[in-house]
Amino acid sequence: MSLIKKNLDRRGVLKGSAAAGLAAPMFFNGSAWADGHAYLNAPKGKSVTLGFNVPQTGAYADEGADELRAYKLAVKHLNGEGDGGMMNTFKPSNLKGNGVLGKKVEFVTGDTQTKSDAARSSAKKMIEADKAIMITGGSSSGVAIAVQSLCQEAGVIFMAGLTHSNDTTGKDRRANGFRHFFNGFMSGAALAPVLENNYGKDRKAYHLTADYTWGWTQEQSIADATESKGWETVEKVRTPLGAGDFSQYLTPVLNSGADVLVLNHYGKDMVNSLTQAVKFGMRDKQVNGKDFTIVVPLYSRLMAQGAGENVKGIFGSTNWHWSLTDDGSKAFVKSFGQEYGFPPSQAAHTCYVQTLLYANAAETAGTFNPCGIVEALEDFEFDGMGNGPTLYRGADHQCFKDVLVVKGNENPTSKFDILEVVEVTPAAQVTYEPEHEMFAGGELGECNSGAA
Amino acid sequence: MDAIILQVLNGLEKGGAYALIALGLTLIFGTLGVVNFAHGALFMLGAFCAVIMRSLLTYEVATGEVEATAWGTEVAVTTPYVTQLFGEFGNTLIDWAVPVSILLTIPVMLIVGLVMERGLIRHFYKRPHAEQILVTFGLAIVLAELIKAQFGANPIPVPEPAALGGMADFSGIFGSEPGTITYPMWRFVYFLFSAFIILIVFCFLKFTTFGMVVRAGMEDRETVGLLGINIGKRFTFMFAISAMIAGLAGAMYTPIISPDYNIGMEFLVLSFVVVVVGGMGSLGGAVSAGFLLGLLQSFSAMNEVKAIIPGIDQIIIYLVAIIVLLVRPRGLMGRKGVMET
Repeated sequence: MSLIKKNLDRRGVLKGSAAAGLAAPMFFNGSAWADGHAYLNAPKGKSVTLGFNVPQTGAYADEGADELRAYKLAVKHLNGEGDGGMMNTFKPSNLKGNGVLGKKVEFVTGDTQTKSDAARSSAKKMIEADKAIMITGGSSSGVAIAVQSLCQEAGVIFMAGLTHSNDTTGKDRRANGFRHFFNGFMSGAALAPVLENNYGKDRKAYHLTADYTWGWTQEQSIADATESKGWETVEKVRTPLGAGDFSQYLTPVLNSGADVLVLNHYGKDMVNSLTQAVKFGMRDKQVNGKDFTIVVPLYSRLMAQGAGENVKGIFGSTNWHWSLTDDGSKAFVKSFGQEYGFPPSQAAHTCYVQTLLYANAAETAGTFNPCGIVEALEDFEFDGMGNGPTLYRGADHQCFKDVLVVKGNENPTSKFDILEVVEVTPAAQVTYEPEHEMFAGGELGECNSGAA
Repeated sequence: MDAIILQVLNGLEKGGAYALIALGLTLIFGTLGVVNFAHGALFMLGAFCAVIMRSLLTYEVATGEVEATAWGTEVAVTTPYVTQLFGEFGNTLIDWAVPVSILLTIPVMLIVGLVMERGLIRHFYKRPHAEQILVTFGLAIVLAELIKAQFGANPIPVPEPAALGGMADFSGIFGSEPGTITYPMWRFVYFLFSAFIILIVFCFLKFTTFGMVVRAGMEDRETVGLLGINIGKRFTFMFAISAMIAGLAGAMYTPIISPDYNIGMEFLVLSFVVVVVGGMGSLGGAVSAGFLLGLLQSFSAMNEVKAIIPGIDQIIIYLVAIIVLLVRPRGLMGRKGVMET
């Protein structure tokens, strides 16, 4: 079977059904898409299949494994098993705990290998052979953008996993794609005031940046945000992905006059560059009469474990952290911890939330038709999912919520207690216009239901 | 000037690792005529010998106390058994886990080398190089996946001993202000370690009868065999020695880059370039090219160099390889005729 591209005229339908009051998604029950509209992989039996596309091999395999654990937990909760986790705190919710739209939720998995081509192949296989109605997952922006584009062409919904590049909901945004995770701009907007408070206005920053879409957009975001606070950006140096040994990139920092090193690295690169920077004595140096400092704008607890003691006292940002004490976070940590014996990562959290949000959108729309899902998710406001009140903005399909500024815990009480939340930055402070220059140039286009 | 000295130090340390891996590669090629693409995996196995040694020393046992978790269950409080058994000496053992791991790495890698050569490689002596590359590359993937299945995909931090951590100050040697030319102590230790291993290998080959026979076998295997010497056995042993060198290089490298299952692959390609540039089968060539390319790689990453040729840091090694292959196909110190026909 081929994935036939055929966009339905959603705007036309919307205009025609305006009298039905569909313009208020918050109170919306059942959509124009609920009946009579064909769509790709419409479930015919008593079950519906979701496609979990995560890195099961390669550098991010551990993160992928945690995502998969979260997905399995979400499926369990959707089918009415277990303690329900965040289904008990999520509001407003139409989830009933009897599957989705009365159909038992089943799933298939694919291995992205953290490679765009492999991720597209596994997503394509899940859509064509396994009849997956929705694809979700991923631990890299390059992969997320590639799979999002495929899902748009195919006509299924893509609920992104861990992807932090501005481009995912910026220049590469798609109508069928949705991102709950935060982005580089938000990291910059949340971090800059904290950095200013802790290190002052007169600082010179040196950026080492992973040479791909995520690194570029984060570098720009952090540089712009810190420059707006009076910092000077001394140098921006691109490093090859997976460089391993960063010594040749770190030694020039020592003689550059910079007093801050910003590491726009994630995963293994972050572990290596941070560990090596510390071993090059950067945290003990004095430059321009100030203590030299290091910043890691995007933290992952799973990865920070690899850097060991070196993360202590280093600022960064994260989408969510298991130590949060709101009802949603507590319910999720309890559920996940009892199931697996350790707390969930931010990747696990965003994947779990995305699955519940998708299921709720289907219940709200009364259909699995991607265009109905899009309509239900656009401008949907919700709470109880661990990030406070959250908006899924219709203009770019990006979630807007509070952002956590964290730093490496100086006095950890367990091996999971690596990061300490130092500030919860309100959503308003990290919100931007859909056509902000860092996000401009993209068009959502029309939703695609994949109907032949 | 300070920046140049620091990059020289970087280049020497990097070159040390390249030279050690390339030395083993070229020994295997020189003795057995095998192109061993699993050599990076041997480096990785050595690194995981250090990880295993540290895991063994830090293995924790319950103290009898329990503590509550955030998800409402209780877990036992644990502490390393060596600390329980030996007190402060136990902590010192944990601190020196990487140097201590050499005691584990040497026998493990010798056995791995022997099993690999006897069990697999010897069946491919007379097969084309392409088949040797395929089978050894396949073996490298299997070994990497086995390590990943056991240890996961994330890098595992292995710290150096506290006494060899911190920074070494070279400012006085170069007449600079104190604190201006500082370099991580362990990286310098690694350079000295690699130089020491290289020296031992050269002395072994140069001044022992065994080494002399091996060198003679590398020149003319058939004639040495006609003299009644079982050169095959000696070459098998050299394979094990090469595996051990790669393993030691990996074990001691763990404080520099936290090892994961893929660390061998990252070094393998570069080390092959080193062997090709130095000259296939040339021990001196491998060592010289290792240090040369380490230095070039470090200098090319300087911002002043990249301002003139952007991106040069990412291609320099391959650029040198292309030039050497075009101008002098046998490599810098390769034997006449090798790779030239």
